[in-house]
Amino acid sequence: MADTAVLAAGAKPAAKTGAGDAVLAARLDALDLPVGGFTAAARKDAAARLQAMGLPGARDEYWRYTNPAPFNAPLPEALAYTSRESSLFDGIDRLKLVFVDGVFDAAASDPLTGEGMQIDILSTADAGPAHWAGDLYGKLETSGQTPVKRPFAVLNTLAAQDGVLIRVTGKVARPVHILYRRDGQATDVHVHHVIRLEPGAELTLLETGGIGARSNTVTEVEIGKGARFHHIASKRADDAKLGIGHIFARVGEGALFKSFSLAVNGRVMRNEGVIEIVGDDAVAHIAAAVLGDGNEGAFHHDDTVFIAHAAERCESRQVYKKVLKNGAEGIFQGKILVKPGAQKTDGYQISQGLLLDEGSQFLAKPELEIYADDVKCSHGSTTGALDETALFYLRSRGVPKEQAIVLLVLSFLADALDEIEDERLRDDILTRLDEWLTSRAKG
Amino acid sequence: MAVETSEAIEVREGVDRETVETVQNMGSYKYGWDTEIEMEYAPKGVNEDIVRLISKKNEEPEWMTEWRLQAFRRWQTMVEPKWAMLNYPEIDYQDQYYYARPKSMAEKPKSLDEVDPKLLATYEKLGIPLKEQMILAGIEGADETPADARRVAVDAVFDSVSVGTTFKDELAKAGVIFCSISEAIREHPELVKKYLGSVVPQSDNYFATLNSAVFSDGSFVYIPPNTRCPMELSTYFRINAENTGQFERTLIIADKGSYVSYLEGCTAPKRDVAQLHAAVVEIVILEDAEVKYSTVQNWFPGDEEGKGGIYNFVTKRADCREARAKVMWTQVETGSAITWKYPSCILRGDEAQGEFYSIAIANNMQQADTGTKMIHLGKNTRSRIVSKGISAGKAQNTYRGLVSMHPRATNSRNYTQCDSLLIGDKCGAHTVPYIEVKNTSSRVEHEATTSKVDDDQLFYCRSRGMDEEQAVAVIVNGFVRDVLQALPMEFAMEAQSLVAISLEGSVG
Repeated sequence: MADTAVLAAGAKPAAKTGAGDAVLAARLDALDLPVGGFTAAARKDAAARLQAMGLPGARDEYWRYTNPAPFNAPLPEALAYTSRESSLFDGIDRLKLVFVDGVFDAAASDPLTGEGMQIDILSTADAGPAHWAGDLYGKLETSGQTPVKRPFAVLNTLAAQDGVLIRVTGKVARPVHILYRRDGQATDVHVHHVIRLEPGAELTLLETGGIGARSNTVTEVEIGKGARFHHIASKRADDAKLGIGHIFARVGEGALFKSFSLAVNGRVMRNEGVIEIVGDDAVAHIAAAVLGDGNEGAFHHDDTVFIAHAAERCESRQVYKKVLKNGAEGIFQGKILVKPGAQKTDGYQISQGLLLDEGSQFLAKPELEIYADDVKCSHGSTTGALDETALFYLRSRGVPKEQAIVLLVLSFLADALDEIEDERLRDDILTRLDEWLTSRAKG
Repeated sequence: MAVETSEAIEVREGVDRETVETVQNMGSYKYGWDTEIEMEYAPKGVNEDIVRLISKKNEEPEWMTEWRLQAFRRWQTMVEPKWAMLNYPEIDYQDQYYYARPKSMAEKPKSLDEVDPKLLATYEKLGIPLKEQMILAGIEGADETPADARRVAVDAVFDSVSVGTTFKDELAKAGVIFCSISEAIREHPELVKKYLGSVVPQSDNYFATLNSAVFSDGSFVYIPPNTRCPMELSTYFRINAENTGQFERTLIIADKGSYVSYLEGCTAPKRDVAQLHAAVVEIVILEDAEVKYSTVQNWFPGDEEGKGGIYNFVTKRADCREARAKVMWTQVETGSAITWKYPSCILRGDEAQGEFYSIAIANNMQQADTGTKMIHLGKNTRSRIVSKGISAGKAQNTYRGLVSMHPRATNSRNYTQCDSLLIGDKCGAHTVPYIEVKNTSSRVEHEATTSKVDDDQLFYCRSRGMDEEQAVAVIVNGFVRDVLQALPMEFAMEAQSLVAISLEGSVG
């Protein structure tokens, strides 16, 4: 590590010998690495860390169920793309921030002002040497590197072109909506957001749209004492994308973290959630609803979650539901770590796969690692087909088969959708899902 | 501090001295004594000459020696696996004896009457009957069972050699072959050649490969077609010699339509230096046959500071090779400093069934990483996993398991229940299940919970006059009941008292 630590910020780390190093060198060569202003030190550190850990290999246990090769390739494949834009959340009063191919588009966005918060754009703020986000950029990502390495998050800290920096000081009523658009065919996008909620603050963050042909996102969220953070992501449906996303959260005393993501088709997606509960009486929930149809392009969706409890009387929930058909592959790797002294922890984890036909797969590795005795931790995982009895019941009541399947799929997903607290947002997603499923059922 | 506590107990009202002493003595490992007996050793370390020497001592044919050497060459290219949640100092494989046998065994005794009385006394002291008229000693309730039902044939393995096997003649009448593996290699080469390494190949994993090269003895069982083995079969493994690794190999073949219940027990003396034990158990089950394999693993667990103890690296696998073959693994893991053990079921035949019941108890500095693999390959296959892990003291206990539903294994089912119980705030309990479902018609259910001894239950027991340790023992016995019920009666009794003993000193 010592030989690479002296690299100048933005400089490409010198290639070492060995096949793995050659892959990393080629990957970095294909990127235009920003030097950074207030992020310069973090980027320099990331370059050194990445050099030391390398990119994941096919035999990496943490990549047991997902082949990292498409993320290791220097450039993404060019993908045809229709510019149809999602109208999800259109009926909701929100502050819209538009990113085109991972770059902020000021003209298409709302003004960067909102009561109770300060919003900056990474590419602009990073021209200067100092910014409040300097305390967080790459910091939560770094602490999320134990016990397992997440090289693509490090790559993001090193290579991020743009992102939003939000400091929330009050209760923000209007959700902030990050809307991604794609323009180019072979874009390789690195977006890095930093969010800090001061004690008692509240924010809802929405993310929708297609980010790029290959995307790598990192969101770092620091949640202060008693603050509340809601996050709902629906990356664009039916987009033949290749994406890896990370959310790193540090949850303070009495604070709340809730994240829900919806994925409908796509190609290879890997979402990593790393949540560290550091204050007593905090709550952290993370959930996902996934629908994958292998006929829309090889579908492979991997959710990898790590929740660490380091404080007393905290609650965590992981709720993952995946509906798979036509050879779609759903992955769940989840872990609850209860550190010594994190007494009265209440941890729960459920992962379920619904396989609609032969050929689809659901692979799960739900882990518990517990070092405190006065805790309540459990996990459940089930995989199976649609309940024939329920289907028969609905059909005997005159519900057509297609409609009955839609109803059963929606009820299967309900537990995950229930993790969205805001009813308007939940209804919006539910309506969209219903429409989408019904149109598919007919087609 | 410890002295103060024991004094405090003595003066407590309503507790007599005898109770206190009984409780205090219970905590120690009962089988920690050693037998003073003249031994002969192979030179320390492992190399091709040692492999040849072991083969020669066992009077093996050439093909067997070659088989071992092949494994040894393979082993030299392998690295020790590090994925388990186990922490132990580097094992020096050259600083062990790979072969140790009592001098008196140099000339093979023709019958048990010729066996060195010291060896027989060892097994008698362990409660293992080597005289055919005897029944398992010290088992409560055994008297009520008809004499025929409690006969157990025993193969007794002492360090590297089998001392003797009981009831051989009677078993032979039924066509059952039950002998040491070294004898089977000489007497039944066609069966050994056909099945050895067919479930756990030479190259399977680091420890199994080492075992393939240096295994010294173990048991061999063959049950002919449509035969119900007339009695339970049992192997008792005793490590006695110091700095000696035990590498036993067991091969069980249940031919079409047969049934056998097999018990395995093991103990070792208390020693300051950790000892290596790397065993392989292969079970082949053909059409409509059924095998029950029960283990009470009570190797020396090391002392309270984690000094000494057995490092137990075991590969156990059953291959339900044909339709409706059935296997049931039951294990009570209370001993060993390090446990690395995943008895597995390959459900190859249609409608094959695999079951795994496990109690793993880790106290003091013990570390256990254990579980099972259920590999569903055939149609309509069923499996069930019930695992109960208990951690106390500073111990770490991990359940690691795989349930895999192959695309061809349509209409298969698995149910998994893994529960962990933590006693004290210095220990750890972990669950690492892998669930891989590759077809739609199969259903897999997995549940896991982690909790501590319930305060309400504890309060209830204590309000009925139990002291804390008794109360915990009662609650723990309730916690592991599902698994104890799966054990044969003799073992269930032993296991129940073992559960209490293993947790001794973990409360307070």
